[in-house]
Amino acid sequence: MSSIDPEKVKELKRIANDIRVWSIKMIYRAQSGHPGGALSAADILAVLYFHEMRVDPKNPEWPDRDRFVLSKGHASAAYYAALAMRGFFPEEDLLTFRDVNSYLQGHPSLMVPGVDMCTGSLGQGLSAGIGMALAGKMDKKDYRVYVLLGDGEIEEGNVWEAAMTAATRKLDNLVAIVDRNKIQLDDFTDRMVELDPLEEKWRGFGWRVISINGHDVTQIIRALDEARKTKGRPTVIIAHTVKGKGVSYMENTAKYHGKPPQNEEEYERALKELEEERRKI
Amino acid sequence: MNWEYESPRKAYGETLIELGKEREDIVVMDADLSTSTKTAMFGKEFPDRFFNVGLQEQNMMGIAAGLARSGKIVFASSFAVFATGRAYDQVRQSIAYPKLNVKIVATHGGVTVGEDGASHQMIEDLGLMSGLPNMRVIAPLDSNEVRRVIRFVAKEDGPFYVRLTRTALPNLTSGEDEFEFGKGRVMRDGSDATIIALGIEVSYSLLAAEILKKEGYDIRVINMSTIKPIDKDIIVKAAKDTGAIMTVEDHNIYNGLGSRVAEVLVENYPIRMHRHGMKDRFGRSGKWNVLLEHYGMDDKGIAKEMLGFLKEVKK
Ligand SMILES: Cc1ncc(C[n+]2csc(CCOP(=O)(O)OP(=O)(O)O)c2C)c(N)n1
Ligand SMILES: [Mg+2]
Repeated sequence: MSSIDPEKVKELKRIANDIRVWSIKMIYRAQSGHPGGALSAADILAVLYFHEMRVDPKNPEWPDRDRFVLSKGHASAAYYAALAMRGFFPEEDLLTFRDVNSYLQGHPSLMVPGVDMCTGSLGQGLSAGIGMALAGKMDKKDYRVYVLLGDGEIEEGNVWEAAMTAATRKLDNLVAIVDRNKIQLDDFTDRMVELDPLEEKWRGFGWRVISINGHDVTQIIRALDEARKTKGRPTVIIAHTVKGKGVSYMENTAKYHGKPPQNEEEYERALKELEEERRKI
Repeated sequence: MNWEYESPRKAYGETLIELGKEREDIVVMDADLSTSTKTAMFGKEFPDRFFNVGLQEQNMMGIAAGLARSGKIVFASSFAVFATGRAYDQVRQSIAYPKLNVKIVATHGGVTVGEDGASHQMIEDLGLMSGLPNMRVIAPLDSNEVRRVIRFVAKEDGPFYVRLTRTALPNLTSGEDEFEFGKGRVMRDGSDATIIALGIEVSYSLLAAEILKKEGYDIRVINMSTIKPIDKDIIVKAAKDTGAIMTVEDHNIYNGLGSRVAEVLVENYPIRMHRHGMKDRFGRSGKWNVLLEHYGMDDKGIAKEMLGFLKEVKK
């Protein structure tokens, strides 16, 4: 395995930390949003937008760009933070998130530069990703398509319709990433729907399956490398994560799925913990 | 006005618990939104009769049909957009067509969902559900009415769609009132024009009527909680008495209250009318009250819309 520059790893970790800080700031200011699933996905988004994906912030609709679909659209705060930091729009706009006069809609919308698909109603993003991957093959383009799904989200039947079709069509330009934080809106996933053995399910549907720690940027980079080398079938990366990662009182609970920090004290504590985390990088 | 505000969702949860105590055959379902729809309150009390199936609205509606076909009274809840949009065909084929005893009670109807934005703001549900044969459609105007409506649909056989909103609503009716299915209700009398409204827009229409009074207009305000079957008589009477009708709804002006009222007028007593609400466009993010202002659906906006309409009609 080729080695990864340790400086690059540190940089990506710092970016993930920034995404988390922005997410908390945006959601607290708006007094609305979904911190739990934004924090669990921050490392994945950092690697995608600052390492893996071929995009041009000056030309967001560039036909040769890699595509990304945030199928778990409620993690919009983290997504917008990544897009802004990557240069798609000014970072200061992030603090208009969810305002009536802002283009930064509560869930990803084509109003936002850099967003490839409207999402928010869960379970539909993988289908859109298949469409983009099919078009890429038709047009003989080498762009790749990435779709980020929640683990609660994959309880939707639509996801498995898409899973069968992607394998049937041998879409090796398509990568699904499952944010396996083990919690959905009401409760822990395994108390609602038994998802395990999750890896075997995807394998049975014809996918290449790679299981990783979704907070380890080196593992995320390597998994995406492996996916690129895989021919003749789509790859799914099961990213084992912690819901609310980085803010202790939000970790491993459904309570902060769709709730901002509940008061100034909680807000300050979240920022302080993320700052401490950053110093350790 | 000195109104008392109460969450219609909480009223729903409380009523489910009461019903659960009274009847063994009531079961409640949800699709990973029970903390929001408040069906979780029933689930805590009656875990054996509560089925939270996870993120599976379509599956939920199919299971609800099977439970109902086996003798259960089923309440199935989610946000309006998912209950009616995502699961439309399951509702059509497995609930409405076989006329099964499923009560679809959806919360978060309309643009007043707020910050979540267009993807979550359901402004087509009244149209989707009204268009289904066998389906009866109710949008209660306050939390007291929610209690009455939930009790009513529990005892009536067959499918219902009940639309609730996310925000707290002022109690405009008392807890003692009876629910009259299929009947509109005059909330304020007037002779110059009529506003027919439903849900959250009833209170804003009453406030608009106060503004219009200062402009010299005497406005009748009708609450139309039942949109299917709709109260023909109260609409025709308002047309005859006041000569001008405007509808107001937190819904697309197509296929909702406005369309239903228009059908009644055209077939029975054609007069000028005007439809106000979401004018065939998707909503956007924002605080719910800011959005009502943005779309001219708060008291001031409704009054302004009515003034424009009256200027045309009374020419
Ligand atoms: C079709 C649909 N049903 C319900 C919802 C409401 N909802 C938003 S997020 C969520 C839970 C998602 O859990 P998961 O996919 O695990 O996301 P994460 O843990 O990554 O935040 C639910 C039920 C929705 N957005 N779409
Ligand atoms: Mg999850």
